[in-house]
Amino acid sequence: MEKSTPLVLTGLAVTVGLRTGLFNIGAQGQLLVGAIGAAWAGYNFQMPTLIHIPFAIVFGMLCGAAWASIAGALRAYRSVSEVITTIMLNAVAIALVDYLASQPLKEADQPLTRTPEIAETAALPDIGIVPSGFVIALFVSLFFGWFLARTTQGFRFNTVGMNPSAANYAGIGVKKTIFLAMAVSGALAGMGGAVETLGITGRFEPSFNAGLGFDGITIALLARANPIATIPAALLVGTLRSGAASLQFRTGIEPEVVDVILALTLLFVAAPIVGRLLFRNRATKQTTVSSGWGNS
Amino acid sequence: MRARYAYTLAIAISAGIIVAFVMDENKTVSVLSFSLRYAVPLILAAMVGIICERSGVINIGIEGQMLMSAFAGFFGAALTGNLILGTMIGVGTGMIMGAVFATGAVTWKMDQIIAGTIINILATGLTSFFYAQGYVLPSITPKLRIPLLADIPLIGPVFFDNGLFTYAALFSALLLWALLFKTIWGLRTRSVGEKPGSADTSGINVQRTRFINVTLAGAFAGLAGAYLAIEAASTFERGLTAGRGFTALAIMIFGAWNPIGALAAALFFGLANGLASQLQADEVIAIPQQFINMLPYILTIVLLAIVSGRIKPPAAVGKPYEKE
Repeated sequence: MEKSTPLVLTGLAVTVGLRTGLFNIGAQGQLLVGAIGAAWAGYNFQMPTLIHIPFAIVFGMLCGAAWASIAGALRAYRSVSEVITTIMLNAVAIALVDYLASQPLKEADQPLTRTPEIAETAALPDIGIVPSGFVIALFVSLFFGWFLARTTQGFRFNTVGMNPSAANYAGIGVKKTIFLAMAVSGALAGMGGAVETLGITGRFEPSFNAGLGFDGITIALLARANPIATIPAALLVGTLRSGAASLQFRTGIEPEVVDVILALTLLFVAAPIVGRLLFRNRATKQTTVSSGWGNS
Repeated sequence: MRARYAYTLAIAISAGIIVAFVMDENKTVSVLSFSLRYAVPLILAAMVGIICERSGVINIGIEGQMLMSAFAGFFGAALTGNLILGTMIGVGTGMIMGAVFATGAVTWKMDQIIAGTIINILATGLTSFFYAQGYVLPSITPKLRIPLLADIPLIGPVFFDNGLFTYAALFSALLLWALLFKTIWGLRTRSVGEKPGSADTSGINVQRTRFINVTLAGAFAGLAGAYLAIEAASTFERGLTAGRGFTALAIMIFGAWNPIGALAAALFFGLANGLASQLQADEVIAIPQQFINMLPYILTIVLLAIVSGRIKPPAAVGKPYEKE
């Protein structure tokens, strides 16, 4: 479950993007920026727990949202494909957090590149055996399930995702919606980073959470961009990932075998022809994201 | 208008290079050679993007294709003890990955971006899984000095004293330009990418053209991967390609889906990087290493922001073709 918590959130981040017709490959970068933001907010301030935890999480979310907004603004107002910009921003984020953790935010008198440990008041407690981060993630995914299905803004997201010209005709500000969706997506990924930092690692290290953001893509596609379905999908991926570690310990099989399994799973989930073979009579839904290069 | 900016920029850069050459000959040549070597895999990978998108298929799996080819090329060369054989294995792997991608994106009509993502995840997983340490190449890649041409000052040592891959990259850009714009194959490819419906009506098999083109394009990805592992790095590491497949897509857009344009864009990109690392090495600019690492990516974003909207992609790109 620990492993799955940030995965639910990054999966949701990619999902919100997909529903709006955006392919956010940058969840990884947004997660890193959110994580280091939350770590900074966690160690730099002294507050009561009840304020400190939300403050650090929100700060991490804001960092993630700001990072994603670069890609969102470029997509909305300059029609630059978000696929490329988010990939580039991932690389920039990796270098940026490495710099931040090795220079300005470095723990003093330590040879390692890492930030100081967060204050106790900012650490997410466990509720029984369940990490409270997981509860937050559950709540957030339920919220987004409701948000995308039942609210006006959620309807705008969906409409822009399905048919931007119809959305435009119906008077929805397409550009504003794209920008907003990207920011929300980034905030969710940043939240994933924040929860991971505050709940598990307790500080930011550059070796932190390799690949959590990329797994978010897999999860969102497995869940067919359904917010509620991200929970089981994230549990599946999280279990595979944590299982891989002990697999290597016991049998010597490299943990990367999980990547291969996931790629194959995805291949069969996303290929409409496979669906048609399996469920001959039922119409299968297809996940679609490509909206062309820069034709907004 | 755009062309005039491009020419002005090209003349300004050339003038700058000549001034630098007069001031410090050796350093200029070394910076330019570095830039060209940096550009080689980008040129080749951009060719993959151009062939695919001109046929109407978005290929973001170039990164994965390159990674697999680099892996196969390196271990092929190390195990057989033959660099040429290794390169051929790399090229073959690139084409196989191209065919796998085409099966998903063309035959199965999967979403093309998802298909590309799957290729990337698969390549990362497979190459890390089968990765083994302790292999070395049988020999270093020989350089091929072209007589006479290599004696021209400045241009000679930079362009005509290189490994075979560099010539292949430069030549492939020219070749692809001629193929795309001067042959029947090129006309068919472009029509499939612009208006597949009309192409189909006039008797072109859209699905088959796309499948074949995407598979053939894989050969360039294979060459790029083999270059990275065999000539540039002389080794294979996990994640060797380091995002070059994606940078190549930006270069393709910057070059307006034209092989010659992409060649120029890749060279410009290489030059910017060569210059930045030289300035860093000379301690002219004292900025942390991490910011130098960011530079190519930031440059890509900025260039895309400037260029985008003024050039048009092939009209049917990204849409699986459904017969009506």
